[in-house]
Amino acid sequence: MATCKTDAPETVDVRDRMNIVIVGSVDHGKSTLLGRLYADTGTLPEGKVEKIQAICKQQGKEFEYAFLFDAFLEEQQQGVTIDTARTFFQWAGRQYIIIDAPGHKEFLKNMISGAARAEAALLLIDALEGVKDQSKRHGLLLSMLGVKQVTVVVNKMDLVDYSRETFALIEKEYRAFLSQLDVTPQFVIPASAKRGDNIATPSPQMAWHTGPTVLESLAQFSSESEQAEQPLRFPLQDVYKFDARRILTGRIASGRLKVGDQVVFSPSNKSAIVQTLEAFNVDPPPTQAQAGQSLGITLDEQIFVERGEIVSHEGSLPLVSTTFRANLFWLGRRPLDMEKSYLVRLATHEVECRVAAIHRIVDADNLSLDQQQTNTVVRRNEVADVTIQAKAPLAFDLYTDFETTGRFVLVDDYDVSGGGIITEMVADREETLRIEARQRDFAWITGDVTLADRAKHYGHRAALVLLIGPDTTGKTFLAKKMESMLVAEGRHVYMLDPENLRRGLDADLQEGDAREMIRRYGEVARLLIDTGVLLISTTNSFTPSTGLRTNLPADQVVEAIRTLVHPAPVLTVYMSQETTPSSIEADLSFTGPEDFTRTAHDVLAALKQKGILAETIGNQPVFQFSI
Amino acid sequence: MRHLRQLEDQSVYIFREAYKHFDNLGMLWSMGKDSTVLLWLARKAFFGHVPFPLLHVDTSYKIPSMIEYRDRLAREWRLNLVVGQNKQALAEGMNHERGRVECCTALKTNGLKLLLEEKGYTGIILGVRADEESTRAKERYFSPRDKNNDWDFRDQPPELWDQFKTSFPPNTHIRIHPLLDWTEINIWEYIKLENIPFMDLYLNRGDGTRYRSLGCAPCTFPIKSTASTVDEIIEELRATKVAERAGRAQDEGRGMELLRKDGYM
Repeated sequence: MATCKTDAPETVDVRDRMNIVIVGSVDHGKSTLLGRLYADTGTLPEGKVEKIQAICKQQGKEFEYAFLFDAFLEEQQQGVTIDTARTFFQWAGRQYIIIDAPGHKEFLKNMISGAARAEAALLLIDALEGVKDQSKRHGLLLSMLGVKQVTVVVNKMDLVDYSRETFALIEKEYRAFLSQLDVTPQFVIPASAKRGDNIATPSPQMAWHTGPTVLESLAQFSSESEQAEQPLRFPLQDVYKFDARRILTGRIASGRLKVGDQVVFSPSNKSAIVQTLEAFNVDPPPTQAQAGQSLGITLDEQIFVERGEIVSHEGSLPLVSTTFRANLFWLGRRPLDMEKSYLVRLATHEVECRVAAIHRIVDADNLSLDQQQTNTVVRRNEVADVTIQAKAPLAFDLYTDFETTGRFVLVDDYDVSGGGIITEMVADREETLRIEARQRDFAWITGDVTLADRAKHYGHRAALVLLIGPDTTGKTFLAKKMESMLVAEGRHVYMLDPENLRRGLDADLQEGDAREMIRRYGEVARLLIDTGVLLISTTNSFTPSTGLRTNLPADQVVEAIRTLVHPAPVLTVYMSQETTPSSIEADLSFTGPEDFTRTAHDVLAALKQKGILAETIGNQPVFQFSI
Repeated sequence: MRHLRQLEDQSVYIFREAYKHFDNLGMLWSMGKDSTVLLWLARKAFFGHVPFPLLHVDTSYKIPSMIEYRDRLAREWRLNLVVGQNKQALAEGMNHERGRVECCTALKTNGLKLLLEEKGYTGIILGVRADEESTRAKERYFSPRDKNNDWDFRDQPPELWDQFKTSFPPNTHIRIHPLLDWTEINIWEYIKLENIPFMDLYLNRGDGTRYRSLGCAPCTFPIKSTASTVDEIIEELRATKVAERAGRAQDEGRGMELLRKDGYM
């Protein structure tokens, strides 16, 4: 077995690496440009050009540089790039991956897959055809995908006799278009990929062009990321316990993180101090990390946090809501469906969502926001301005502030079917309560006993079981039954009837002041949950069925309570007499139970299954750290 | 060095996504330089642990010292090694003289298929790299295979912003490619940087040849080389214009496109 000598001299002369995508309309010459770039810089494998030339001769067609990278038989036969190819290219101390994205409209999802990986783009326009719809669409998508460095190459200048005027017209038109997207091209270069003009060497036919060649322009793209200078965003990817260490992993999206930092997890509002950074085969272990790095951290206390949360510093928190407005490009086979449930994936957070509103279709020809539109069917390859509403609150940012935490994809069944950038946070109904909960959580003063300590001692996590449904369905009876059973097992349980609050804590309230009643109830529940208790409660006081009670729908009541006790788990149990399905979603449903002991056992089984209740007391409950 | 850490960060992220989303995950290990770097990156991602089995599809024609190296690392790094083999094809006498593509299909593609069927893996991690060969240049990091193991390269899923394809219909599986963006030189630079143990078949041991790519003994040929250290390999690769897999016979003609469409690695 061989190992390399560690004291060997440093021979690595690659400064950095960069991903560049080549985009543009079909037949505007992307693959040819790429082939030419490699051939003229002598970076092709030996015999590759000769091999392709021989095949062309044999098949009786003219050699094209494009054939060098169109790998699939079908691609060569049809002369069209079907899928993105990564090619590798080293020049002047930088390693490039050049991504050749297909220009054909049919393969737009492949173009997007290619461009989404890139830090910079070469955008090709055919001098003969001028600026096409697809040229604009690609410009729009590049700006949505976060590719901010763009150089425009006006190709096929040989077909317009290297006309300076033709070039100037195209340059003017396209610059005007890009400026609407807040994109300023670094260079606009007249070129002929086929003839090699201004690709690797300056063109004698276009001496009037004083700017760089395409090859020279590559070196002008900056690979320096500004993301390290932004506030910290560290989306939590997973929690590992392979050995004694409990390691939280993820990749820093922006900012810096160091040992000793006080960090906050959103949306759970938990906070802790970073104790160590963990790494394999790094000696001494790192003490700080920055944007781009995959890392592991340990905390000074064992708090329950899950994949999907965003770690930040307290001074600069991400936004939290269930609802946001976004520009979405849609790649699904079927049109975007407002009736359908999708999965939104934002950084590492995954949650069910639906499209609450489709405001307008964003056309590359019609970028300004003030246009009225009646057509709101979003078809494949279209971009739309939409409002997304998730089933649970998530932490995010606006795309203009943060790249990684400001964008998301939508998953339909098994497939990523669209991607979007967040343009606006929409305050949902729970916004006020959420802010209250957040501020209260940060200011909360605790003793030395953590929730984890309490959970270990009591054999269950602190949680809330909410019994909901119409009157006289036995909710209170069931609550009492469960309380007795659990106390008999030695668990730390309390039955809280909201009626108890009305006579005391709520005595100053008018009967109609439902929101305030719920807020006070939620705060009491939060307080009790912090003692480690498993709280069992009905919502009788809040539901509209009898006289003086509130007129809020049950789902709104549950949501408000959930927001205030967040992130403690809430198990909802719906009880009814009729078989008609309830309009609200519950974790468990029972219809007119006759055997309440059995029903109680079913609820306890669900608590065990969710990792709230340990199998036997004294055991550490099996908590699900991940979704 | 910075570029190697960038590659490492991306690969580690892919590993952790794979581990999060796939209950029944396995990683192919051919003991070559790429899949050994892959193994090292897994240890990086999981802090010295490898929390899934390593799968070796044994064609029985591997160079013997590869098997010794395999068993030794498996012991030292406490790896869960699973060896699969298309025993029926071997019993029927399959070898490269019946055709290289036929032999690769039977012993590697179908050997892998049998192993997948037997163990029911839903995610397979592989060390393929985009710069090796032109169909691999078009791969996704997470690449679905249908129930026949076929790769539908005409309709690959979109892959953006590190949101990968991690859900899939029953009876299909996902191939996961953490090394897709690495070049051959990057592999050697990283081996040097991390001091990763590798097989000395890759070095010139005095006879003026070394292996640049390792596979089955009958179909893998050494190249002329004086490189006897990692630094010399890197230097040699910077100067060469010969393709890495020039010594791999099954790549000739359209061999790889046809093999990979049907589920070859």
